[in-house]
Amino acid sequence: MSAPESMASFFQALTLPALPSGLRWVLAAVLGALSLGSGMVRLFQPRLSESSYEELIARMRSWWVMALLFGGALLAGPKWNMTLMALVSFLALKEFLSIVPTRRSDRRTLFWAYLSIPIQWLLIINHHYTWFVAFIPLYATLFIPFRLVISGETEGFLQSTGTITWGLLKTVYALGHVSYLILLPAQSSGALEHVIVPVTGPGFVGVGLIFYLVLCTQANDVFQYLWGKSFGKRQIVARVSPGKTWAGFLGGLVSTALLGAALAPLLTPFSSWLGTGLGLLIAASGFVGDVVMSAVKRDLKIKDSGSMIPGHGGILDRIDSLLVSAPLFFHAVRILLV
Amino acid sequence: MPYLIRRILFALLVRPVVLLIIGLNLRGRRELPQSGPAVIVANHNSHLDTLVLLSLLGPKAFRVARPVAASDYFTQTRWLNWMCFGLLNAIGIDRTSGAAATMAQLQNALERGEILILYPEGTRGEPEALQELKGGVAHLARSRPGLPIFPVFMHGLGKALPKGDRVLVPFICDVFCGKALHWNGKSCRDFTRQLSAFFEASRAALPPGCRPEEAA
Repeated sequence: MSAPESMASFFQALTLPALPSGLRWVLAAVLGALSLGSGMVRLFQPRLSESSYEELIARMRSWWVMALLFGGALLAGPKWNMTLMALVSFLALKEFLSIVPTRRSDRRTLFWAYLSIPIQWLLIINHHYTWFVAFIPLYATLFIPFRLVISGETEGFLQSTGTITWGLLKTVYALGHVSYLILLPAQSSGALEHVIVPVTGPGFVGVGLIFYLVLCTQANDVFQYLWGKSFGKRQIVARVSPGKTWAGFLGGLVSTALLGAALAPLLTPFSSWLGTGLGLLIAASGFVGDVVMSAVKRDLKIKDSGSMIPGHGGILDRIDSLLVSAPLFFHAVRILLV
Repeated sequence: MPYLIRRILFALLVRPVVLLIIGLNLRGRRELPQSGPAVIVANHNSHLDTLVLLSLLGPKAFRVARPVAASDYFTQTRWLNWMCFGLLNAIGIDRTSGAAATMAQLQNALERGEILILYPEGTRGEPEALQELKGGVAHLARSRPGLPIFPVFMHGLGKALPKGDRVLVPFICDVFCGKALHWNGKSCRDFTRQLSAFFEASRAALPPGCRPEEAA
């Protein structure tokens, strides 16, 4: 392939009219919501203190950057999406390894841990499903401890092997599932007739699924927060996360289920009924991801997982719900499609 | 090396490594100097220290920034020589020539309006341990009473590339930039103690999980 040709194939040509209408509507709605958010912050400027105004501005700006980067990579094509996910995975793993205690003797093993990222994404991009599912668990539980044994330091061995394994499973493995969604429909055995509602277009089923997952997961965070702030009284896991209340959780659950039902016909090949179920799944798993990360942070005695995202905190703070919802959603969709 | 080429190479080779592969957790960046003459002092745990500090400076400050490096170490190989004195524009100090000669070199640099980058510990320590500070910076401060001394505490680079290791392992680094210190008319020892106090306080402000004592 000549250079221009290969560049063109790397950049899957997308013109807006080619996008399915459901996807177009959702994109417009997301842009609208972001603009509304930015507008409201500026509107309320006189009523806010300077530091909260600056924080809100930074927060909104980060939302715009994340949405444009993620949406852009998704629409530009699988290779761009994979590259972005691999990069996010690297940043998330790095953030994790920077907050946990590590020993000097762990250094080479950590280097090998990072190397799992390109291997993981090569497996994904080449559609090696079985290896994709098995690689990180095997690598983390077999190779990593072995490499630590070679380093020879047994003091703190169990802590190191447990921490690195968990980190790899949480970041690299979970985010790999987001990327693999884009390939799923290409592998399904054509059982799409079993589900109701028009398919969103052959090239875009995966794109729609990823948008659906990420939108519902992030929306669930927002819904839980809003419901909790308005009606929250009884705490669920007071010692771990005092901010989580039953009102917040249940309100978020219902809201996300409704959102899932509404978005399913637009973004996925599934009906609103299935969408409700998927919404519930995402809401419940999102909650689990959130509180687990809170527990980890309490153990490490830190407030934020990092400061990579201005106005938000660290990357792990932002994607903690996604890290649990992604693998569950992936397998649910796979069962539905095959 | 001409300034523009230095700037472009630095932007292509160093900044992506510092910002993406290592990653910085910055506090107090606005405290850093915009122009010389000035002195930046930092704790020293890794060869990466200088790369990180230079990455933090704005274009005007970067132009006149001169890290201070030991000639005998950095002229060992051609590559190291190029990196240190070409790309990073360091001032070479002959460690055998005595304090007076070194002082004169540094004074001349300050006369030219440059920003010195100094490591008062003298040499790279064990990862994330603090050594006793040498007195040279205090003498500089005393000789030029208006000179601002900017203290910077860095943590984590000793984990990413410690002394004696060649493999860079990505770790996020904390960087705390403190308010500029000036000569306050007391003794050199008092000034050095002020610097130590800043480094100790910064270290105490780190989360307990990643303190050096706990990372065996």
